[in-house]
Amino acid sequence: MTDQIVSFNLNNGLKILLKEIHTSPIISHWVWYRVGSRYETVGKTGISHWVEHMQFKGTPTFPAGVLDRAISRDGGLWNAFTHLDWTTFFETMPADKIDLSLNLESDRMVNSVFDVEEVDSERTVIISEREGSENDPLFKLEEAMQLAAFKTHPYRNEVIGSLEDLRAITRDDLFQHYRSYYNPANAVVAMAGDFKTDEMFEKIRQRYESIPAQKVPLTGDLREPALQKEERIEVTGPGETTYIEMTWRAPAASEEDFFIFTVLDSLFTGPSGLNMFGGGGISNKTSRLYRALVEKELAVSVNGSLQATLDPYLYSLTITVRPDSSPEHVLQKLDDEIARLLDSPVTQAEIDRAVKQARAMFVYGSENITNQGFWLGYSEMFSHYSWFLEYVKNLEQVTADKLLAKAREYLSPQRRVLGIYRPEENPS
Amino acid sequence: MSATLVNTSIPGPHDIHRKVLSNGITLLVRSNFNSASVVISGILGAGSQFDPHEKLGLAHFTSVSLMRGTKNADFQTIFERLESAGASLGFGASVHNTSLGGRALVEDMPMLISSLADSLLNPTFPELYFDRLKQQLLTGLAIRAQDTSERASLAFDTLLFPNHPYGFPEDGYTETISAISRQDLVDFHAKHFGPDNMVVVVVGAVKPEDVFSLFEKEFGVWKNPGLATAKPFAAINPLQKTLREHISLSGKSQTDIVMGTLGPKRSAPEYLAASLGNNILGQFGMMGRIGDVVREKAGLAYYASTSVSSWIEGGSWEVAAGVNPANTDKAIQLIIQELEKFRSEPVLQSELDDSQANYIGRLPLSLESNSGVANSILNLERFNLGLDYFQRYPDLVREVTTDQILKAAQKYIDPERLVIASAGPGKGKKK
Repeated sequence: MTDQIVSFNLNNGLKILLKEIHTSPIISHWVWYRVGSRYETVGKTGISHWVEHMQFKGTPTFPAGVLDRAISRDGGLWNAFTHLDWTTFFETMPADKIDLSLNLESDRMVNSVFDVEEVDSERTVIISEREGSENDPLFKLEEAMQLAAFKTHPYRNEVIGSLEDLRAITRDDLFQHYRSYYNPANAVVAMAGDFKTDEMFEKIRQRYESIPAQKVPLTGDLREPALQKEERIEVTGPGETTYIEMTWRAPAASEEDFFIFTVLDSLFTGPSGLNMFGGGGISNKTSRLYRALVEKELAVSVNGSLQATLDPYLYSLTITVRPDSSPEHVLQKLDDEIARLLDSPVTQAEIDRAVKQARAMFVYGSENITNQGFWLGYSEMFSHYSWFLEYVKNLEQVTADKLLAKAREYLSPQRRVLGIYRPEENPS
Repeated sequence: MSATLVNTSIPGPHDIHRKVLSNGITLLVRSNFNSASVVISGILGAGSQFDPHEKLGLAHFTSVSLMRGTKNADFQTIFERLESAGASLGFGASVHNTSLGGRALVEDMPMLISSLADSLLNPTFPELYFDRLKQQLLTGLAIRAQDTSERASLAFDTLLFPNHPYGFPEDGYTETISAISRQDLVDFHAKHFGPDNMVVVVVGAVKPEDVFSLFEKEFGVWKNPGLATAKPFAAINPLQKTLREHISLSGKSQTDIVMGTLGPKRSAPEYLAASLGNNILGQFGMMGRIGDVVREKAGLAYYASTSVSSWIEGGSWEVAAGVNPANTDKAIQLIIQELEKFRSEPVLQSELDDSQANYIGRLPLSLESNSGVANSILNLERFNLGLDYFQRYPDLVREVTTDQILKAAQKYIDPERLVIASAGPGKGKKK
């Protein structure tokens, strides 16, 4: 396997990243667009995700139904995701079928139809998707937490959008959003798998070079000042289980601080996996918070979440409270643990352990061709593809002193949002 | 892409090394030196089929307790070793088996296998952790009780397999978990855990002989002459009429529907025809015919798809959909119409061509990671498919005809006799 990544730029601004891997006769092809909830305005929340759905509704060349049939017939795996900073589409195909994927993605970068009837039908599908999420108590809590953690930054909105906006967005709104953001100057093509770089570059160039670049709307600097005082929110709903969330603003992924935070998260709540979107992790039973909360019989589980984002996003803890405990007891213990982290430096052994864990996650995450394609493009959305390559090396630079300083800077009680989901009294 | 690469990248007799240890443990190893990691996946015979009715969840409770302390290490020591190395190891239970799974960097494989052996051979089920784990399991059940999809699925299984191990939840109910004592775990482990029917697959940057000798060293002494034998399963009776249950969960925005009927067992001759037919019905492309009708055309659901689950003794053929509560009946009617069509008219040859191409084409994708390979090899062993199954697979798929699919559909699907379970807002009902 070669570790070499080759990067090209076409004249229309499209960035192409290619990595040959010859372990299996498959190719994973990803197209990334710099558009997601970060780029949405008031009244239009959820529009990026909806546009992503419309990209499956066909073009004149590949009408709806033809696309999925063609990809599936060839044994391909395909999907799309919309998040805060990006929207991405991928196909992992048998290597000799990759032309189909290239034809499809280059075509729908510009030629999607956005039929009015399809827009209306998809409106109810997306509302249904949102309703499915609303069934989960943690979705409700997280939605409220995000609104409290950001006052102006679009990160405050759920990617799926508000129900009100989903009812109001029109076909023309969607089409305009599509035309504004789906263009080569705003996209990255990332590909990993069984191909020859020069031949593959030529295939990509032939399909994308003629697509004209367009101006992408400017968002300006969206960042907002740090939180100045603790905010507390409570959400109630059905069930018997109480959840606590605590969240602070976190560094952007491109900052050195992000790697310090990654080590901090690893020793606080356990390491995150490096499979797509943080999957593929391991258990966290020896992390500081598991020992303090679960082993002390205050909680049944504890998890941390740190996402790699363009602007500073959130570091969040989610705790499932034991039924015979109380949120107040959990909070007291949690505050003790945070105080311990802010009072005295962690040991070098803890840092070394976090680095070793990350090294293992890195190996697991590199095992799969689809995941390698994912990382090439994903890291471009908030930094550069070298971000992933140098991930472990950057973690090795973290010291106990740096960690202490940054923990004090970010994890102050005045700069957090505390949320509690409490079960409603059972009406029966 | 070269033809050679295709052939050698698919696991088969040429690169799966199988050995049965003297105490009965079956090992299957496939080397992959492209990644510096190793994955293990395996099963033992201790499944929820042995759960006493009043202690449902016992097999599951026992399996998740194995790593809470052993004669050689306490809970924190066990996990300190694993987690410090970025390794993972875990157990779970299904109806037929206790399953095991883990991964590590290859340099840590001896530690991983040693932890596996210690957990299986020497668990002590400490009282403290028994209580703690029970609380965690009960909380999990309280969360399950509020999960519309889980509740619909649970009701479906109960109605489809009444008084049968396939109809009981592996994780039990609140009252059955509460009824389990620490001694029950000790006894369950003594009676049902042994090397005789254990199968472990190892995939990664290791040589087969090194794995064999490591297992011989760690597991060679393990014997359990008192291992209980499985009782024959009760017969699975076909449905006599449609059974409908709605579970009322207030405060929810979406209703989840799980409906369907019995399906083929894995060894049934019509298994592959049913599987391909299912692909046409509710998988292919954007969730097949049912996805097209319920999601794409009617816009009723975010998801609407079908699945065939096939086990040793039987199987189920399910349709699952998540809909706005107001659309529940409408979605159910659309699904019934599709089932009616599916069992009364053969699928189009073009549809079958599509699904056959899909099945054959996606095989390398399902085998692209070590864990994908390990789980696939485990299934070869578990269902006696033969180590050359993946080599024979394209022909097996191509041999299926539209007529065979129609016969499989008619054998299992009868729109007059379905289980229809749903969970969400609205008044509960059962008939």
